[in-house]
Amino acid sequence: MKQVTASMAGTVWNIAVSQGDEVAAGQSVVVLESMKMEIPIEAETAGTVEEIKVAVGDFVNEGDVLVVLA
Amino acid sequence: MKKILIANRGEIAARIVRTCQEMGIESIVVYSDADKDLPYVQQATRAYHIGESPVVKSYLNQDKIVEIAQKENVDAIHPGYGFLSENGAFVKQIEELGIAFIGPSWQVVEAMGDKVEARRTMEKAGVPVVPGTTDPINDGDEAIAIARQIGYPVMLKASAGGGGIGMVKCDNEETLKKQFVSTQQRAKMYFGNDRMFIEKYISPARHIEVQIFGDQNGNIIHLFERDCSIQRRHQKVIEESPSPYLTEQLREEMGRAAVKAAQSVSYTNAGTVEFIVDENGNFYFLEMNTRLQVEHPVTEMTTGLDLVRWQIQTAEGKPLALLQSEVQQQGHSIEFRLYAEDPAKFLPSPGKIKDLRFPDGEGIRIDAGYEKGNTVSPFYDPMIAKIIVSDSNRSGCLKRASDFFDSFHLEGIKTNAPLFKKILEDTDFQKGNYTTGFLTEKPQLIEQKN
Repeated sequence: MKQVTASMAGTVWNIAVSQGDEVAAGQSVVVLESMKMEIPIEAETAGTVEEIKVAVGDFVNEGDVLVVLA
Repeated sequence: MKKILIANRGEIAARIVRTCQEMGIESIVVYSDADKDLPYVQQATRAYHIGESPVVKSYLNQDKIVEIAQKENVDAIHPGYGFLSENGAFVKQIEELGIAFIGPSWQVVEAMGDKVEARRTMEKAGVPVVPGTTDPINDGDEAIAIARQIGYPVMLKASAGGGGIGMVKCDNEETLKKQFVSTQQRAKMYFGNDRMFIEKYISPARHIEVQIFGDQNGNIIHLFERDCSIQRRHQKVIEESPSPYLTEQLREEMGRAAVKAAQSVSYTNAGTVEFIVDENGNFYFLEMNTRLQVEHPVTEMTTGLDLVRWQIQTAEGKPLALLQSEVQQQGHSIEFRLYAEDPAKFLPSPGKIKDLRFPDGEGIRIDAGYEKGNTVSPFYDPMIAKIIVSDSNRSGCLKRASDFFDSFHLEGIKTNAPLFKKILEDTDFQKGNYTTGFLTEKPQLIEQKN
């Protein structure tokens, strides 16, 4: 199991994947908004989206799990 | 006026509180959960908690702001910059309630907030505008047809946009086609308005703006220019006055054009006319900001005026204190926007400021929103403070700025202070030889990490 975590605190602006999607390493899966900037959060490794832990509008802290990949 | 509500936060709230104190006016401020420990909350006469941290639940909550204004029976609301400062509906609402808005009329705010409308108004008034569309564009095909006439590269912009958001440079048809849909969607999300327009992309270019001021008797003057060409992501990082580029003749021409632009809409209070200047010294109207600018201190330092005081006096109905011929531009001033961000990647760096020391020095003015122990939250813009350095001439300013950043100290989060040190060492910057492409054209200024 691999996790995609927030690289900084912010608000979830957009979720680019759905459960079951195949993602490639380096693909942007979630966009956070922090300090009026959109920050794409990329998957470090390839995998299948097993679970999405956040919803659009949620506030997340640095290190929080956003997406779980199988 | 005896009591003013400041519908803003951070450094600009503190800045307005300071002038209120000097004028013997009570200042009422509002703060969100995230901002409860910031200095401005303590500095004001009274402070009200307004809500949770996200802007829609706090500084954009018009009902709550109006409720506090009425409860406190304030004479006026000062909007600062950002947030509700350019929201015509808000201005109209408070004016109808008998509360003065410290800024222009709601009609002017609305007319200039619609960038397509603003371009049209200026064209009619004989102010040169950037070549581009006269009517708003609604679909990609139309955009492509117009871009073909103008010639690439073009700037695709949202009519309701601003602050660098909702604009993208397109080098060719393919990019324009792709960007149109996403930029339009983003415009709708951010501004609730999906009208787009296209301008010719002018490069190399300088971004030079003129401060104007109008009173309620129809007098309008300018307070000279600010050169804001040092930018990242279309957002200003360093501003200075006078511009090292302008000749005396061009400075006068731009001042006159800015006054003409303001006269064409019967402008009152403080405003800024932004121009883009090409390499041949042709200047074009870009947009008009109907509020106090972040970078207003460089104008204050070179004219000796307090713009917030002027704003309050104008809103009270007093005539302008000076004639155009009495306004003097003296010495030199440069503002550095200290951002909580990685100096190499320009990515946000929110967190707690564990230690912060601004070195003292002659000609150093600090307009800070935070102090040691505060936390810079991810909810608002990343500006920690503005460092305004002044001297009798530009080289003196550069020396003072270098000394300042040599002993500046901040611990806990990343800031762009290291970038300022490098910019100050750059010979082109030292010579005043820079355009809006400065930071992207000089990768050596951007720290290489990892």
